[in-house]
Amino acid sequence: MAEAWAARSALWQLTLARVREYLREPEALFWAFAFPAILTLGLGIAFRSPGRVPVRVGVEDGPGAGAIVAALEPRAGFTVERLAAGAIETALRDGRVDMVVRPGTPPAYRYDPTRAQSRLARLAVDDALERAAGREDRWTPVEQAAEVPGSRYIDWLVPGLLGLNVMSTGLWSIGFAIVETRNRKLLKRLVATPMRRRDYLAAQILARLAFLVPEAVVFLGFARLAFGVGNQGSYLACGALLFLGGISFAGLGLLIASRARTIEAVSGLLNVVMLPLWLLSGVFFPTSQFPAAMQPIIKVIPLTAFNDALRAVMLDGRSLSALPLEMGILVVWGLVSFGLALQLFRWQ
Amino acid sequence: MPSASAAPPAALRCTGLVKRYGPVVAVDGLDLEVRAGECFGLLGPNGAGKTTTIEILEGLLQPDAGEVEVLGARWADGAGRLRERLGIQLQETRLEEKLTVEETLGLFHAFYRHARPVGDVLRVVGLDAKRTSRVGRLSGGQRQRLAVGCALVGRPELLFLDEPTTGLDPQSRRQLWALLEDFLRDGGTVLLTTHYMEEAETLCHRVAVVDAGRVIALGTPAELVSLLGGDHVIEFALIEPTVTPPDERLRALAGVTGVRRENGAVLLATSAPHLAVPALLAALEPAGARLARLTTHSATLEDVFMALTGRHLRDG
Repeated sequence: MAEAWAARSALWQLTLARVREYLREPEALFWAFAFPAILTLGLGIAFRSPGRVPVRVGVEDGPGAGAIVAALEPRAGFTVERLAAGAIETALRDGRVDMVVRPGTPPAYRYDPTRAQSRLARLAVDDALERAAGREDRWTPVEQAAEVPGSRYIDWLVPGLLGLNVMSTGLWSIGFAIVETRNRKLLKRLVATPMRRRDYLAAQILARLAFLVPEAVVFLGFARLAFGVGNQGSYLACGALLFLGGISFAGLGLLIASRARTIEAVSGLLNVVMLPLWLLSGVFFPTSQFPAAMQPIIKVIPLTAFNDALRAVMLDGRSLSALPLEMGILVVWGLVSFGLALQLFRWQ
Repeated sequence: MPSASAAPPAALRCTGLVKRYGPVVAVDGLDLEVRAGECFGLLGPNGAGKTTTIEILEGLLQPDAGEVEVLGARWADGAGRLRERLGIQLQETRLEEKLTVEETLGLFHAFYRHARPVGDVLRVVGLDAKRTSRVGRLSGGQRQRLAVGCALVGRPELLFLDEPTTGLDPQSRRQLWALLEDFLRDGGTVLLTTHYMEEAETLCHRVAVVDAGRVIALGTPAELVSLLGGDHVIEFALIEPTVTPPDERLRALAGVTGVRRENGAVLLATSAPHLAVPALLAALEPAGARLARLTTHSATLEDVFMALTGRHLRDG
């Protein structure tokens, strides 16, 4: 009995010590809380829903140009610019106009067919010019504007940023704390006591989990207030996923820091590990853009599993029972990392 | 001071200890025996192998050869139970600066099954008034006492201290000594390393002088001093060192038992300075030598180390 109590109390004290150290470190708190909010704000502004973008048309100077301008200009959705023959290439290349019309019968359209915006411009311009030339429409369709909740880029981005943030804070804060403690020869001092080594490592993970909840609440609260990003699923499911992700990345952090002796060494390792995760895990764009051959690798990356699961809950309102694969991947990464870290760990 | 004949059981024993770092031999066949209840000092300059030795004994380093027995047990037979009975202070540890004194002791308290209440330890190490201060705001002496407090919190039978007072001012040093004397009075055993001869002379019942990874002398401080042949040292230097009489003549002077030279000065060992000083002056006069300096002091372990190695303890 006494032994069990002492063991629990050592784990508790180690966790408490780590939480206290972290709370007394203002810079770490800034990175954990303010940085993701700033990142979201920046990306949210850059990728906000564009609204209705006008079609930009250049009209080459020459006979009949005036008639074309007169046909397009009064219609909604066009901005028209007259161009001298020598200025056409530059205007197209710089993207100042989506296409250029050379007057004539029939008129000539100059545009880049690989650009979606240019193809759209060509259709709209042709439609307008044909109508001006006297085409009769067979009908006027009934148009209904619709906005599906959760369909904006920012709605898709927020779960990915949350995943990214759980990973970064987990890896950086654990990696730095471990190396710092190792440098102070404090790890060596700790193993000179009867402390159990797994308690020390487990305490690092528990302390990380303690911070996940406030970090996620602040981040999701910000995304909701600033951009109206909601959660279609249950907050409980979200919390459970954060818990799993937290364990997984904290374990990975322990593994990365298990041998490093200097802050420089651990920073390098963290960057090497995190860069592919940033790129491959569908934080900023969907993983489906990568070739099929890479998909199996991408799927087993813990951040991919985490992001996919978070999006399934937050965007599609799925329950956890629909996500056994993603949750399994997170658990396996966490357990394997922890086990390896315990074996490899350099205490001195 | 316990006499050699009482022979209490050994708290710690090691034989034939060897540790190499690449081509460097840090510990070169070292034997030690520390008796229960004594304060044993490893005295030597920096780089003598003291820290390597003590860390092997603490079970933190693996020796390349040799046997270690701590409190009747071997490290290979299970470190967990043994660690419950040891208190350790390491030379280089810097405790977490953002925790308070009380929190730091509370953390170490949690590791031991029969730990001493944190309040008790705070009193013993004299940090009661600093209990809520962050470690980062403590003075060097207070930090060192906290480090010893962390070593004492598990009620150890054997305390390892690696240069516990290096870099401390004299007052802090004496505070730490007083606290170790209390520990010894309560029946504890201490193994400490130091390069302060005064520390070894004040605290230690027995001292092993270590140089280049070997024990070159062992005994009580008084026994070691007696190796010099006298418990006083007369030191003199001449304005013209060339006219100094040869060693044989100096050794023949009344009361002089040993001669050595150092940086142009001559040191004479004696147990009878009242005879040796007049004899020296009488011997110098006919040679026309004029003294630049003449001092006497009680012989110290520093003199012993000098006599054994030709170097100072702090030279490294």
